[in-house]
Formats: sequence, C-alpha cells, structure tokens
Amino acid sequence: MASPILQVENLVKRYGDVEAVRGVSFNVEEGEVFGLLGPNGAGKTTTVEILEGLRDPDGGRVSVCGLNPQRESEALKHEIGAALQSTSLPDKIRVMEALRLFASFYKRGRKPEELLKRFGLEEKRNTFYNQLSGGQKQRLALAMALVNDPKVVFLDEPTAGLDPQVRREIYDIVEELRREKKTILMTTHYIEEAERLCDRVAIVDQGKVIALGTPRELKAHSGGATRIEVRLSKPESNGALKNLEGVIDAREVAGTYVLHSKRPPQAIVSLVKHLEADGNELVSLEIATPSLEDVFIEMTGRRLRD
Amino acid sequence: MSNFASLTRTRMQLALRNKMFFFFSVVFPLGMFFLYAGIFARGNPRAVSYFLGPAIAFNVMGSFWGLSATLVTFREQGILRRFHVTPVTATDMLASSLLANFVLTLPTISVELFLARVIFHVPSLGDLISLAALVTVGTISFGSLGLVVASVTNTMQETQVLNQIIWLPLIFLSGATFPLAYLPISIQHFGLFLPATYLVTGLQSALYQSFPVWKVSIQILALASWAVLTFFVAAQLFRWEPEAKIPRNAKLWALATALPFFLLGAWENSRGDILVQARAAFHSLEQPAKSDQTAPTEQPDKTSGRPAETSH
Repeated sequence: MASPILQVENLVKRYGDVEAVRGVSFNVEEGEVFGLLGPNGAGKTTTVEILEGLRDPDGGRVSVCGLNPQRESEALKHEIGAALQSTSLPDKIRVMEALRLFASFYKRGRKPEELLKRFGLEEKRNTFYNQLSGGQKQRLALAMALVNDPKVVFLDEPTAGLDPQVRREIYDIVEELRREKKTILMTTHYIEEAERLCDRVAIVDQGKVIALGTPRELKAHSGGATRIEVRLSKPESNGALKNLEGVIDAREVAGTYVLHSKRPPQAIVSLVKHLEADGNELVSLEIATPSLEDVFIEMTGRRLRD
Repeated sequence: MSNFASLTRTRMQLALRNKMFFFFSVVFPLGMFFLYAGIFARGNPRAVSYFLGPAIAFNVMGSFWGLSATLVTFREQGILRRFHVTPVTATDMLASSLLANFVLTLPTISVELFLARVIFHVPSLGDLISLAALVTVGTISFGSLGLVVASVTNTMQETQVLNQIIWLPLIFLSGATFPLAYLPISIQHFGLFLPATYLVTGLQSALYQSFPVWKVSIQILALASWAVLTFFVAAQLFRWEPEAKIPRNAKLWALATALPFFLLGAWENSRGDILVQARAAFHSLEQPAKSDQTAPTEQPDKTSGRPAETSH
C-alpha cells in the first residue's frame, strides 16, 4: 500500500497571539473524499491553505503528493486543484476566457470545452463573471479546480451561501469526482454534507481534531442514540432530565435541552410526566436521528452551527 | 513564459473593457493633448511641437494610476489568491500587467503624434528612436511605481491618496504642466530630483529638438535603471493575500525607489546640462514668436542655433 497522498502531522499555525491550528493530524488516502467538519473559525480553512501552499505553518509537518507545499510549491501546484473560499475573478472576464486562461498555466489538463459542458456552463460561455449567479460562479470555480486534471482537489466550503437546490448540484459534482477516484479534501460546516459526501470526516474545533472516522463510526461513537431537543417554559436541571427513564444523557445547549435516548417514545413519556409534576411546560420538541451534530455536541457541549 | 503571455493577453482584454482604463488612457491624455496644443500652444506648429513632449509624458506617467488600482482591486477581491494556487508566479503577474499597459499606451500616443502632424502641422516629430526608447522605459518605470504603490497600501482609498500625493509634484514640478524653464529657479533645481523631469525633458528633447538617443542617454538610462529597481521592489513587496500585512521594511524599500533620482538630481544640479537644455528649448520657442512675420528666416535660424545652444 502506498503512503497516504495527504499527510498532516501536528500542524500548528498562529496569527499573532491566536493559535488558529493547534496540533492537527490526519492522513488522506488516494481516492478518498475526506471532510474537515467544524464551526467557522475552527481552523479548517487555515489547514487547507497550508496544504495548498498558500500559507506557511508554524509547526508540524505536511506533505501533499509526496511534496512539501512550502518548499516545493512550484511542483505541487501542478498536482492540485482548488476552489477557495474567499476568492473571485475579475468582473469583466468571460466564463470561457477564465477557463482558457487557467488551462494555459498547466502542462496537462482537460479541455475547457469539455469542462464547460460538464458543469452546465455552455450557455454562459460568453457571460462576464460579474453577471453569473452564485451557483454559476461556484460551478465555474469547481470547473477551474479541475482544469489541470489534478490528483488532489481542495474544496473549501464548496456550498457555503448557496441555496439548497444549487447545493445538491454541487453534491452531484463531488460524487461524480469520487467515482473518478479523485482525492478530495473538503471543509464544511454542514453536517448533511459531510455525512453524505465524505468517506471519512475529521471533526475540528478550536484548532484541534476532536474526532476522526467514517460518518458511521463517529455516529456509533455517540451511542447511536436519537436526539430529542426540547424548549421549556421554565429552566430545568440537567441532572433531573438525565435521570428520566429512557434518557441516556441530557445537557443544555444555548437555551435548548438536548436529550439522547435509545428508546425515544419512553423518554418522551417520562419527560412529559416529569414536566407536569414540576409545573413546567413544553414549548417545542424536535426529534432527530443520530448525526455528526450529536458527536459535536457530545465532545464540545456546543452546537456546530449557532 | 506561456503564463506570462496568456496573462498579458487577458490583462489587455480586461483593460479594454474597463471604463476607468478608457478614461485614464484615452480620454484624459487626449484632453491634455488638446489643452496643450490648442490652448497653451494656440495651434502654433512649433509651440505644439514644444508641448508635445509634456502631453505624451501624461500618457506615460498615467500608467501608475491604472496599474496600482487594478493590482489593489485584484488583491482586495481575492482574485490574486486564486492565481496563487496555480503555477503563476509574482513576476508573471507583475510583468504581464506592465507589458499589457505598455502595449495599450501606444495607440493613444500614436493618435497624438498623428494629430500633431496632420491637424496642427508640426514640422517634424523629431527623433523617433529617442521617442520610442523614452516611452518604453517611461511606461515600464512609472507602471512599476504603480505596482509599488499597490503593495504599500491596503485599500483602494489608501492607494488613491498615495497616488495623488505622488502625482501632484510629478506633474507640477517637472515641466509636465508648466515648462520647467518657466518655473522659479529653486523649483527647477528641485525638479531635477523627480523622475518625471527626466521623462518630460527627454521627450521634449526628442520631439522638439530632435535629439538623437545619445543626447538623451542620461534620461533613458536613468528611467531604465529606475524601472529595474522599482520592478524589483514591487516583486519584493508583492502580496497575494488581502489580509497579508505590509512588511515592516516596506517603507524603506519604497523610499529606495527614490534613491537613483536623489543621486542623479544632486549630480545634475552641480554639473549636468538638462536644465540648460530645457531653458534653451523654452527660449527658442520665444524667439521666433518675436519675428513671427519673417517666417522664412525662421528655419535657418533654428537649425544653426541649435548646436550652439546645446554645446554648453
């Protein structure tokens, strides 16, 4: 077995006094879709940008396709493709011109024409960049990331700010890339995205990897319990809720009580009884199947998205 | 090399679609040209020829407005960082913008030369080789200055403020607006410390006095070495990332770009003849004006007078 195509060991990055990345380690195998899942400011983008050779690390070791992104950035840039998070193109560049321009930077690659077709941008080929919709811009960004037929593709928050329909289009594109055995490192703060697209996920919080595995493994780690989220008219103690029949765990997250249960019906019955006896009232109740959100709440006591 | 070529092409396309470019590279310089030729020179062919140098200097110096603005916009909007994940280098980015700007400066200058000859009946366009050399080194060096400005400022507003601070002395104290010889003596001496003065006097000597290349070699060499230095500094200070901090030594680097003209100005002030030439050109403009009716004697006077003027 060849060594992993992406290796990150004890990565550290500081911005002034702030440690944005505090000892992140993970490996990505060739052909894998790997996700960095975490809230904004967790250090995902910084990690990715170090791997792309855009930033220098303050500590640790990284390698991409066997290359050091900082010392061998020239060679590396031929091997990688990237859709960056905060980026843009000149307002008055046409779609086709942008693809051709970026294709001209590489020795090998795919035909701009073919990418245009594949990403559904044929009709927009002569449209100026500033006249594209958000979804079209993102599709162009993905097309541009593939213009050199890269070994590794970095997608930094590929669906951020897009509406659900466009998001699904992007998912289809990523799944197609997976079938082509491209190695993909993506960052996201959407749980559904990580669960649906990624072979393995590293959950990142405050510059550290707090859990790593396949979505299935991670969810099993959280006990495979159903999440019951309730809002109450009066505050309730976590201890009392935890002791209810059928409830494994209870905690308060930003005004909402999050209970975990393997027998949800029983847990709800005992909850309602308890509240009645207490003179408390149920304001809202939501039931969610186990997801990576539970892993995150369990590890940090916070929600992924606030 | 191919990166450089394709970037240059794209930069030219983008510039041609940009309204600001159109204003700074076409409308503004042509406006200055008509101001000089029609109002300052009152359409008098010899005077138009005299003011053609300053008019073209505006085309050349205007380079730094557009280049600084585009580079800052590209950085602020995160366009540069997209290029940073490709094999494109900082030198590719900077050099392609200079070449695109240079090529796009030429049409307006050609139009001005054409108009001078056809509408204003300028007797001669002087020494075209000297003119070409000065336009080339001038456009590249002032363009590089724009790239340095973009690198020592963080936002478009800062860039425009710094551009104004640089622009005003360059146009007022160099002979670009008022002839150098017409300015107070102290300002004439100060002008010798400004790169613009060498551009303006060089262009004027080439166009009006038909100086061959060796007679404007000081101007050409000064601007050429300044171009190399400012380009080097621009490459040193180049930042891909919008949030990247300006390096601490940036101000020193930026000041270093003023060094060649500090030295050259000192030398020119003590023993150079650029001021002498500028004054001679200015006075030769006045002389035939006195004997305007005796047009036939004008020609021999001018040709015989010129070597004598320049010999000191």
